[in-house]
Formats: sequence, structure tokens, C-alpha cells
Amino acid sequence: MKNPIYLDYQATTPLDERVLDAMLPYFRDKFGNAASRNHAFGWEAEKAVETARGQIAALIGADAKEIVFTSGATESNNLAIKGVAEMYREKGRHFISAPTEHKAVLDPLKRLEQEGATVTLLPVDKTGQVALADLEKAIRPDTVLVSLMAANNEIGTLHPLEAIGKLCKARGVLFHTDATQGVGKIPIDVERMGIDLLSLSGHKVYGPKGVGALYVRRRNPRVRLSPQLDGGGHERGMRSGTLNVPGIVGLGKACEIAGAELASETVRLTNLRERFLAKLRGSLDEIYLNGHPTERLPGNLNVSFAFVEGEGLMMGMSELAVSSGSACTSASLEPSYVLRAIGVGEDLAHTSIRFGLGRFTTEAEVDFAAERVIAAVKRLREMSPLYEMAKEGIDISQVKWSPTEH
Amino acid sequence: MAYSDKVLDHYNNPRNIGSLDKNAADVGTGVVGAPECGDVMRLQIKVNEQGVIEDAKFKTFGCGSAIASSSLATEWVKGRTVEQALQIKNVDIVQELALPPVKVHCSVLAEDAIRAALADYQKKQQAQATGAPGASDAADAARHGG
Repeated sequence: MKNPIYLDYQATTPLDERVLDAMLPYFRDKFGNAASRNHAFGWEAEKAVETARGQIAALIGADAKEIVFTSGATESNNLAIKGVAEMYREKGRHFISAPTEHKAVLDPLKRLEQEGATVTLLPVDKTGQVALADLEKAIRPDTVLVSLMAANNEIGTLHPLEAIGKLCKARGVLFHTDATQGVGKIPIDVERMGIDLLSLSGHKVYGPKGVGALYVRRRNPRVRLSPQLDGGGHERGMRSGTLNVPGIVGLGKACEIAGAELASETVRLTNLRERFLAKLRGSLDEIYLNGHPTERLPGNLNVSFAFVEGEGLMMGMSELAVSSGSACTSASLEPSYVLRAIGVGEDLAHTSIRFGLGRFTTEAEVDFAAERVIAAVKRLREMSPLYEMAKEGIDISQVKWSPTEH
Repeated sequence: MAYSDKVLDHYNNPRNIGSLDKNAADVGTGVVGAPECGDVMRLQIKVNEQGVIEDAKFKTFGCGSAIASSSLATEWVKGRTVEQALQIKNVDIVQELALPPVKVHCSVLAEDAIRAALADYQKKQQAQATGAPGASDAADAARHGG
């Protein structure tokens, strides 16, 4: 077993060897510019790009012509949101999203707000889902775009894309989904789900970093975007810039593999996830699953271990590469805004750990990880004044603390 | 973030974990921080008749640096008089543990915990001196009333 064990698959995924093999020729002999129309080098590159376009489109039920290559999901989200905002400015300037979205959606929306647009963030329930009734109520005549993610990066909660898409279609509003975590992990069909714009990223699906794509619907309705990068007019004018051919080839191959293995991986990872959770619950009291019990990414577990601070806990299980919703792990001093949005108290947010399971996670690794987590939590609880108080029957939430300003 | 060897040492082999009788007259208890902030330290001292801290215990909810800071604090207060213990400054802890800037607050909390424990002890002593039964509430009332 490799050490440390990688359990952070929502942060990034290792490049699949099959993807690397597909990419390598495009770093060497097949170095052409896909925009070179006059010689074999260009044709070869263009052919590879078109193959990748088809592979990506096939995974999400789209047409190859509807795929626009970008540098990653952050760019895709920016292009979708800002591109729609500019293009449909005459129609309206109202946008709908949710507080649990990734910053790459929230921050572009914030910028639009600063420029005079109105943004409605729908409330989410304690699992992280929006209510369709709230969405329906929020849509106004000047609403141009609804942006709701396919799967949450922290808590793994899935949104009911098909129901959201139907509602948007019925009300004549465009539907964008940041499917960075969902593509290749859960079935996605842009036709059936009524998705108009979809962001995806290479490195979350065992492809390379620095490449992503935006699906832009071409009919019913034809979605138009204002480009955010001006230049050579690549990608049907929506995204200028010489195409990252090796990256695109890798993204295409990664999508092809993900599609082929999606059904079996879903079963395997869901079983591993439940095995992991059952082991934790079997040995530890006062642990809480964050997110939805069933409507979640197969490879995501987010658990709060009451009375044990997340960073301290990670230090106690250094054989595991995981991440925490605790403030101490990030540049900001606030604990996770996603956990806050779903109503997890700050005290419990500080105790949360995200375990991300993926393609190369084995049962032996999960069993080892569970053992390490259990041992570390038990040790730190013995050191925790809060655990001692709780065991004495003191209600921690009723204690008057003296938070110090530092 | 990489931890210093000293932080790792205190985290892996914390000194003086545990509890003292918080109701005893010769024990001072300080609890500082808050669960919402991700740090709670409880530091306890036991002072002998010569005014020397002969034992100290802690329990901490927090990151590795918070645990290390409080562990170090218990080590440092032991064998000191109350007055000497008051001289311990957070910068000393920062230096000893090589804490990075984002972890300085852990050392501040440890200093606060020492002070809170000493204050609690002194309050009990005053209460005893004025004939009250040693309960801190009584001491509080006496002071505010006087």
C-alpha cells in the first residue's frame, strides 16, 4: 500500500496511465497547431481535437460541435456566466444560483452584481439541495440564467438536474451547471436534463490539469455567448487562443474511459464509501455525515468528528491525504462556507474532514484509513476538554465561551 | 504546511494531559477560546504552600500548534512561582515552537490560558483569606460587593 494514501479525489485526480499514453505523441512528433489548415501537422492536430470533442460530447449526450475548449472549469464558469450576462443584457440582468456553489461561480456572479446585475442565491436545505418551489418563485421576467452545480465539491450533494432543467425550459431561462465534480461520476445527459451550458474539467476525471470544456447548446435554444478572450476567433469565436492539443487529447480520452467505467465505478465506489462510513460509525460516537445520505457523489464522504478539530485530526493521521472544512487549513480564517450554508454550526464545521475516494482507491486502503481515523479521533478526544465536558453531561452550546480576537 | 519538529514532538507526545480537581483550593483552572473559533484550551495548575506551581495539566481542542502551545505551557509553568509564571509571554512560545505567523494566535491563547488559571487560583486564595468557603462565586461577590 502506498503511503500516504490519497483520499482527496475531489481536489484533483491522478492522471490515468491510458490518458498519458494517448497524450504523449502530441508532445512529441504530433506537435502541430490545430488551426494550421495548410499542412499535415495541422490536420493531424485538428483531427485529434475533433476526436476529443466527440469523446467529451458522447459522455454528456451532446453534439461534438457544442463543445468549447477552455483552460479548466474556472474559465468555463466565467465564460458561461459573464458571456451570457453580456450577450443577453437586453433581456435582463437577473441571475439565480445557490450559496454552496464553487467560488468560480459565486465570484463571477459577485462581479456582475457589482456591475449592476441582481443575483438571487436560493436557500439550500441541510443536505445542500435547493427546493424547486424556491427556484420557481425566484424566476422573474428579467431572469436570464440559473446556475446550479451538478455535484458539490465539499459535501458531494447532487442537484436534481433534470427537474431544474425542465423548470428553466418551461420558464424560458437558460440553465448552466458546473458539472466539474459530476462529469464522469454520475450519468449526465444534457438533452434529457435540459442543460444549456455545462462546465467540466480535465483533472477531476483522471485527465490533465489546465484543460477543460464548456458545453454550449446549439439548438432549442441556440445559446450565444460574448467571448471573454478576444483574439484569433478559435472555438467558433467563443474562446480565442491556440488549442492545448495534448491536454485536449487527454481530456477526450479521460472522458471516454470515464464513460465506459461509470456504471461499474459507481457501484464499486458507493460500496467502498458505505463500508468506510459503517466502520467509522461502528467505533465512534458523535460523528455526523455532512451532505445527503444517498444523493451524493459515489466517492465523497464528509464527516464531522465532534470535539476534535479538523487540522489537529489531519496531523494525527498523516498517512492519509484528506482535507478539512476547518478554518485552519485555508488562507481564510472562516470555516467552510458550504457547511455554514447547510446549517452546520461553526463548532462542527471545524471538526469536518472530507474523504474523497476514486478510481485507484482499494478496499484495503479504505480499511486502513478507517482504522487510522478511528485511532486518531479517540486519541484526540482523550485530549479534548470539550469531549470531557460532553461526557459529564454539559451542553457545549450553552457554555459561555470567551472567544478571543486574534 | 510543514510543522516544526518541536510542534510535532509535543503533538505526538503531549506533556501533562489530564485534569486536576477544579474545586480544590490549591488548583487554578483556566478555560479560554471557543469551539466556534476552532480552539479551546483548558489549563490547570496546582500550587503548593510555598507558592510554587508543582503540577500542571491541560486538555486542548484545536490544531497541532494549539496542542503543542498548551503542552509547552504546562511544561514551563511547572516549578515556577505564580509571579514567575506570569512572566511567560506568547512570543516565547512562538520562538520555542517556531510557529508560523498564521499560528501565532495559538501562542496567545496559551498565554491567556496560563493567566486565566493563575487568576482563578488567586481568586480562590483571596476568598479563603476573607473567610469565604473557597468558592469562586463567593469571591466574585465579595469583590464586586466591596
